[in-house]
Amino acid sequence: MMDVNIVIKDREGVMHKVIAPTDMAMNLMEVCKSYELPVEGICGGMAMCASCQCYILSNHDLPKMQDEEEAMLSEAFYVEDNSRLGCQINITSALEGLLVELAPES
Amino acid sequence: MIKTDILIIGAGPTGLFTVFEAGLLKLRCHLIDALPHPGGQCSELYPKKPIYDIPGLPEILAGDLTKNLLEQGKQFEPGFTLGERAETIEKQEDGSFIVTTNKGTKHHAPIVAIAGGLGSFEPRKPLIDNITDFEDKGVEYFIKDPEVYRNKRVVISGGGDSALDWSIFLADIASEVTLVHRRNEFRGALDSVERVQELKLLGKINIITPAEVTALEGFNKIESVVVTKGDEKIRLRADHFIPLFGLSPKLGPIGNWGLEIEKNAIKVDTLDYQTNIAGIFAIGDVNTYEGKLKLILCGFHEATLMCQSAYKILNPNKKLVLKYTTVSGINGFDGTRKEAPKAVVKAIV
Repeated sequence: MMDVNIVIKDREGVMHKVIAPTDMAMNLMEVCKSYELPVEGICGGMAMCASCQCYILSNHDLPKMQDEEEAMLSEAFYVEDNSRLGCQINITSALEGLLVELAPES
Repeated sequence: MIKTDILIIGAGPTGLFTVFEAGLLKLRCHLIDALPHPGGQCSELYPKKPIYDIPGLPEILAGDLTKNLLEQGKQFEPGFTLGERAETIEKQEDGSFIVTTNKGTKHHAPIVAIAGGLGSFEPRKPLIDNITDFEDKGVEYFIKDPEVYRNKRVVISGGGDSALDWSIFLADIASEVTLVHRRNEFRGALDSVERVQELKLLGKINIITPAEVTALEGFNKIESVVVTKGDEKIRLRADHFIPLFGLSPKLGPIGNWGLEIEKNAIKVDTLDYQTNIAGIFAIGDVNTYEGKLKLILCGFHEATLMCQSAYKILNPNKKLVLKYTTVSGINGFDGTRKEAPKAVVKAIV
């Protein structure tokens, strides 16, 4: 079992260093919720609400975007080139040192 | 004025199951929901998705769960005020409540059960500066009466099923339909996408992609919209602009009812899920307490306990004993009765 260190910048610019387990089938949205960061995750992780949208600030090799995520981001607001849905990013050892910023709420 | 025993705000799974549990105690329910149909998130967000953690149902589509819950409660004849949002609450001298919706419908009940999930679903508004100035003056987030668009020039934006479906529907009614989407690909049922393609070839729908509506112009009402496509700005004459970017839940006016709110949820006593205001309960995803889990099955449990407490408030001097449906059957308000067939015991001689 291995944990990874992730830094999450919230909407006020405050950095949160969190430790995320790789063996709990968690995704980034769920990690945010487990640390009580202001991420709603309304649809529960179905890539259907974009409330967990975040910007990837570090150079990590992330899992490729699937159709559902791409479609949701094509309709969401405040989307940038580095936007991803946290719920579609599973926590793996490849994410060690990841730096993300929460996108504004819409 | 609509009168009932328990006024339920929110017609999602928890609200719908409350009808059944209340009915067993001979209490009548009426439900208010901002959406035009019952089911809440289950029907709005994921009707075709399976749920695997409803006890006794190894797999059920969210839409089917809604259908089953309506069927389960139907003999208790619930009333519905749909497509209206509960706006204000006034406590009466006798302790009962009058809840009024945004359309002015009044409901009177001694018990209010807020089963509002994550809140009422409000349209997600695109980030156009003056969009609110044109609301109901050409900007509509829902299509209520398609006839409004007859022989009008309509611009729709969005890339999902509702944008596609309404473009198809209005192609025969409006004089001009333009569909604007940020990407070239649309997310929707394959046949809708194909139909839009056909209508485009027939010249009945004008599609502009990848593009965005970035400005609205007009005096008192919309006269044109500006579509930005790359570096190009296109000004389209338009009578209506319909942005269809889905719905997002907001706690909304309930947040101003004087209830104790913590992290966008209503604090309750786990004894019976009553809020800080006696007679107002909060059940399902809308409430919070130590150890809270936002699960449908927890909402069912909360609804059941809440109904027992509501009964005791309404009938303070009556003894209440838990009845099992298998033993007692179900007596509907509609005169129907369901009961287990009597087992006949015969001696074999």
